[in-house]
Amino acid sequence: MTRFSAWNVIKNGLSNQKGWDRQWQDCEPKDQYDVVIVGGGIHGLATAYYLAKNHGIKNIAVVEKGWLGGGNAGRNTTIVRSNYFQPGNRQFYEHSLKLWENLSHELNYNVMFSQRGHVSLLHSPSAIDTAARRYNTMRLTGSDAEIWGLKKLKQKIPHLNYNVNARFPIMGAAVQKRAGTARHDAVVWGFARAADQRGVNIIQNCEVIGIKRDKGKIIGLETSRGFINCKKVGFSAAGNTTLLWNMAGLGELPIESHKLQAFVTEPLKPLLDHVVVFGVGGAHFYISQSDKGGLVFGGDLDSYKSYAQRGNLPIVQDVAECATSILPCLGRVRLLRHWSGTCDMSMDGSHFICKTPLKNLYLNAGWNYGGFKAGPSAGWYFADLIANDRPDGVIANHDLKRFERGINIDERGAGPDPKLHG
Amino acid sequence: MIRIQCPFCGERDHSEFTYGGDGSIKYPALNAPIKDWLAAVFHRKNIRGLQLESWHHINGCRMWLLVERDTVTHKIESVRAAHIDFQKILKV
Repeated sequence: MTRFSAWNVIKNGLSNQKGWDRQWQDCEPKDQYDVVIVGGGIHGLATAYYLAKNHGIKNIAVVEKGWLGGGNAGRNTTIVRSNYFQPGNRQFYEHSLKLWENLSHELNYNVMFSQRGHVSLLHSPSAIDTAARRYNTMRLTGSDAEIWGLKKLKQKIPHLNYNVNARFPIMGAAVQKRAGTARHDAVVWGFARAADQRGVNIIQNCEVIGIKRDKGKIIGLETSRGFINCKKVGFSAAGNTTLLWNMAGLGELPIESHKLQAFVTEPLKPLLDHVVVFGVGGAHFYISQSDKGGLVFGGDLDSYKSYAQRGNLPIVQDVAECATSILPCLGRVRLLRHWSGTCDMSMDGSHFICKTPLKNLYLNAGWNYGGFKAGPSAGWYFADLIANDRPDGVIANHDLKRFERGINIDERGAGPDPKLHG
Repeated sequence: MIRIQCPFCGERDHSEFTYGGDGSIKYPALNAPIKDWLAAVFHRKNIRGLQLESWHHINGCRMWLLVERDTVTHKIESVRAAHIDFQKILKV
């Protein structure tokens, strides 16, 4: 594998780019693996990478039914932040943010992580108080957080709609400066390349179509490319988790699949150098500008349960209304594309990284629409769970039985209704 | 846009409705074991294909409806009033 370095870039620049290898091998599935991860997105590939790196496991495969990063890894708005409040969540996401900060070096792959700052707009004194409580708690966890007054916000992002007669006038912002965006494909490819380098087999176009069980244990996976025997199995399949769960004959999950859209406009000259979030009075909107210049943004779920990876028009209108209400300068910008991913919405808005009723099956699911930022950390803790067969303290409550114990890790306080989280 | 044939109002855009979720859930008796309540409140079949679900015509007649809809194609197979008495009156 040719390392990416200044020297190699110059050398290949002078030799017609002939010196580069394949980024990862196109593997035929073997008969048997120690660990098989189902799902070749950021989470699955990160899990395989950390299994190999942190736990020295050699014989690992990642099976993906389509192409790498073609699911939610390629369908999000690429925001990375750790402004979570609930115990467990805030340590988890802060760990993720720390991994992000060193990810390009770790993987020898430029994931284009840009810590441009995450600015959540605040519209009332009580919202400022609530944000202060949340952001103080983040500081106690060792994260960074600050509250900006109107004067500072106007200096930093002058072209927001500061009209005092707006329906929800802007009064300040809660800011995490270390947060930002990353390049979604690069993260997937970086993890794939680094995992491949450590001997992980990455098998694309390999759909799991059946699961062979012997009582409380999985023997192997029936796939579109043949039967694979496995000692341990990890599900990391986001919106399609329920389908795998049914194949394993395990009943119902506290998860519903909903779809979330994202949007990009035509490329513009530099306009917005922060991630801006607008969420008040039913509006929900987040926007950043990609390195290509397109404004990337999104809003709420499409309102009804769905496995279709295509969005509906009422949300296009809803999001466009939000966009023009906080950034009126976007009024004449044209929308280039919009797309949709199938999100595994959980009953309390938090994730599951846990053991399952089957002895050698592990679950990583329930990411709602926050899975992108969690990728590195999810891989880290999921690998730790699979290797050691016990959850780390940080994810101790992120199991399927927490509702039975009366524990809801509900950041939004929305109750057991999947469509309301996110 | 999904168009829903409301038995009271006729065919309307789905944006007039709010989605109520799985319509096949039967809530247990108040004194039922906690296990039954756990299943009703937290566990979902999460069907890929035809499912029964509830919709509330919030910006119309404000009636609850039971809709059979495919969760992949979004095609609606049937719509009826959620309340059994209305079903009898409307014969749908």
